[in-house]
Amino acid sequence: MNARLAAFLAALTATGLLVTGCAPSVSSNSDGADEKSGTLRVWLFDEPNRAPKEQVVNEAVAEFTAAHPGVTVDVGYIPVATRAEKFKGAFNDPASAPDVVEYGNTDLPEYVAAGGLAEIGSDVAAWSEGADISSDLRASATIDGKLYGVPWYVGIRALYYRTDVFTELGLAPPTSRDQLVAAARRIRAAKPEMFGLAVGGKYTYAAMPFLWDAGGDLAVKQGSGYVPAINSAASRAGVEAYTDLIAPDNCPPQQCADLTGGKTVELFASGKAGMGILGNFNRGAVEAGAVKGRYAVVPLPGAKAGTIAPAFAGGNNLGIMRNTKRRTLAVDFLRLLGGKKYQQKMYAAMGNLPGLTSARTELAASEPFLKPFFDTMAAGTRFVPLDPGWGKIDAQAVIPTMLEKIVTGKASVDQATDEAAAAMQTAFRR
Amino acid sequence: MTTAVPALGETGTGPARSPSPRVRPGRRTPFWLLLPAVLVLVPLFAYPIYQLGLISVLDFRQAQVSGGQPTRFVGFDNYAALLHDGRFWSVLLATVGFAAACVLATLAVGAAFAVLLTRVGRWPRLALSLAAMAAWAAPAVTGSTVWMFLFDANLGLVNQVLGLDGFNWTYGRYTTFALVGAAVVWHSFPFVMITLYAGIAAIPDGVLEAAELDGASGWQSFRRVVVPMLRPLITIVVIQSIIWDFKIFTQIYVMTGGGGIAGQNLTLNVYAYQQAFAASEYGLGSAIGVVMMVILLAVTLLYLRVLRRGGEPL
Repeated sequence: MNARLAAFLAALTATGLLVTGCAPSVSSNSDGADEKSGTLRVWLFDEPNRAPKEQVVNEAVAEFTAAHPGVTVDVGYIPVATRAEKFKGAFNDPASAPDVVEYGNTDLPEYVAAGGLAEIGSDVAAWSEGADISSDLRASATIDGKLYGVPWYVGIRALYYRTDVFTELGLAPPTSRDQLVAAARRIRAAKPEMFGLAVGGKYTYAAMPFLWDAGGDLAVKQGSGYVPAINSAASRAGVEAYTDLIAPDNCPPQQCADLTGGKTVELFASGKAGMGILGNFNRGAVEAGAVKGRYAVVPLPGAKAGTIAPAFAGGNNLGIMRNTKRRTLAVDFLRLLGGKKYQQKMYAAMGNLPGLTSARTELAASEPFLKPFFDTMAAGTRFVPLDPGWGKIDAQAVIPTMLEKIVTGKASVDQATDEAAAAMQTAFRR
Repeated sequence: MTTAVPALGETGTGPARSPSPRVRPGRRTPFWLLLPAVLVLVPLFAYPIYQLGLISVLDFRQAQVSGGQPTRFVGFDNYAALLHDGRFWSVLLATVGFAAACVLATLAVGAAFAVLLTRVGRWPRLALSLAAMAAWAAPAVTGSTVWMFLFDANLGLVNQVLGLDGFNWTYGRYTTFALVGAAVVWHSFPFVMITLYAGIAAIPDGVLEAAELDGASGWQSFRRVVVPMLRPLITIVVIQSIIWDFKIFTQIYVMTGGGGIAGQNLTLNVYAYQQAFAASEYGLGSAIGVVMMVILLAVTLLYLRVLRRGGEPL
């Protein structure tokens, strides 16, 4: 390259820099007006079988537009797998962002830290159905005392088991950890082609109840942030109880070390497992599988006989974007779609457990299938740390890596939990 | 290149014209001719690279992108964090080893098939070319997924044929790398095969005949005649393969579920995605990107050097 060309290129590059500025682009926060007409944009999650959900939502939209002349509602369905990118895009470009959103409650801290969601505590307090949200679920939508969503529905995991296998082997549904482990080993011993209890190294939400039941936790709140508790004595006992199940006498590491939650659903539904820790939302998949009509559900037992291991209260909330230009309309729509009437319709359409307590109470009377899930909820549910660092810990697969190191013998429980704690510490500190 | 257009004034068949300053290209002309390429290349490459470098020295996470928190200059903190991370070095080492093995295997398989193509009849050659082209044309995600169906522990065809029911190919670190490596080679050997076949086909028959008359065996004439004549082509496919395999992402990500058991099969690109971009640590991710770019730039410079030494004008 000769000097002239170099000078030419340098000049061109410099011009480019002057034009584009010297900082990476960041979005500005417009404090929006509150328009009472126009198009209200709503983002909901796309689901494998969306038609019934769409039908319920369309009913709600029709009811809403009838009550609000001059308003149209534009509902977009976003894919769950790429929701992070969609939401990041929406936060970065308010002009193309929605007003009302459905979001996974584990994603909340990141969205709040990004300044994307509006606080709606006063809107919910002033709402007749607002008091119908239980404190466990309210906590999963609250950060630093501020409420950012209405629990739209929750998903609870419990123990699915094969009634035919249990009858054949003379087993009773387990009511304690010891019985659970004994039943799992018995099934594996009697039927080597099956796993006793399908558990996996990548199935974080099956491991968590063991941790919580032992009195441990992922992290504990300290001051304004979280500190890891995964390497406390109690947590280690819980981790060990779970990883001990990934062993040749139940679910050999060769096959189970890298199982995800979705894979355990497949295994149970196809008849390859005697038991599985599955959600109420997996019922359709199990019904569609080979074990239809040959299974039942009980709460996942705790270590102490007769107790229930605390379940993870995963679920989706409805929230409002901070940059919305139609806040009043957005609140009205959220109250309608998040209200008891449409939560119940959503259950009928999709099998989603309603987030409002009274809606669940009414369902319990008519749906015996849901009893073990409601019992689990009544016994108390838990949640992941409400810190933006959790999203990072999840993305970096800190918990699965820890579980897999233990079950493959690459690290002891103490080593692996210490490593996980160090990784979590880094994530929380940022 | 030997097809350079003869200078103006030499082409005329009529009386020679005296060169006039009007038609002689000005000294600046080459730059004007370069301008269109520069206008395309600078926005497409220079600007993103500039942004990458800039973000790598900033504390830049989701909160900064969406304007929730101010952007902060942190100097080389991201690089320091990266270089002090033991995991980064082990992943880098695994990536280099894996890429090297893939490059060697790709070249061996590609070259073997290229030679085979020259030896077989028309129809087998057509069938082989079509099969290789199909592997080449298959999207990486699709190909990887199909490979995983074939190698599924319980239901896969391979285990059923081999009688290895229940054997999990992605359990051991090296069996996993071997499986993924096989998929990578399957995806990339056709390029090597076609390129080398074209090279071999272009070697004049007379040269090989002469070797034969001199009493060279098949292997000797391949080793002493064909390979030296193919050297420029081999250089190109080697460097291409290195760049390609060093940046491997899709096969690892799809086939090992994002890095294998306890992250034992992470390669640099997947590591950057998992640790940095999926976790919204854009600053750190950009630092990894810059490090990868520097490594690949070194390889590319080597490529250019080797090409120049080989007598190929740039």
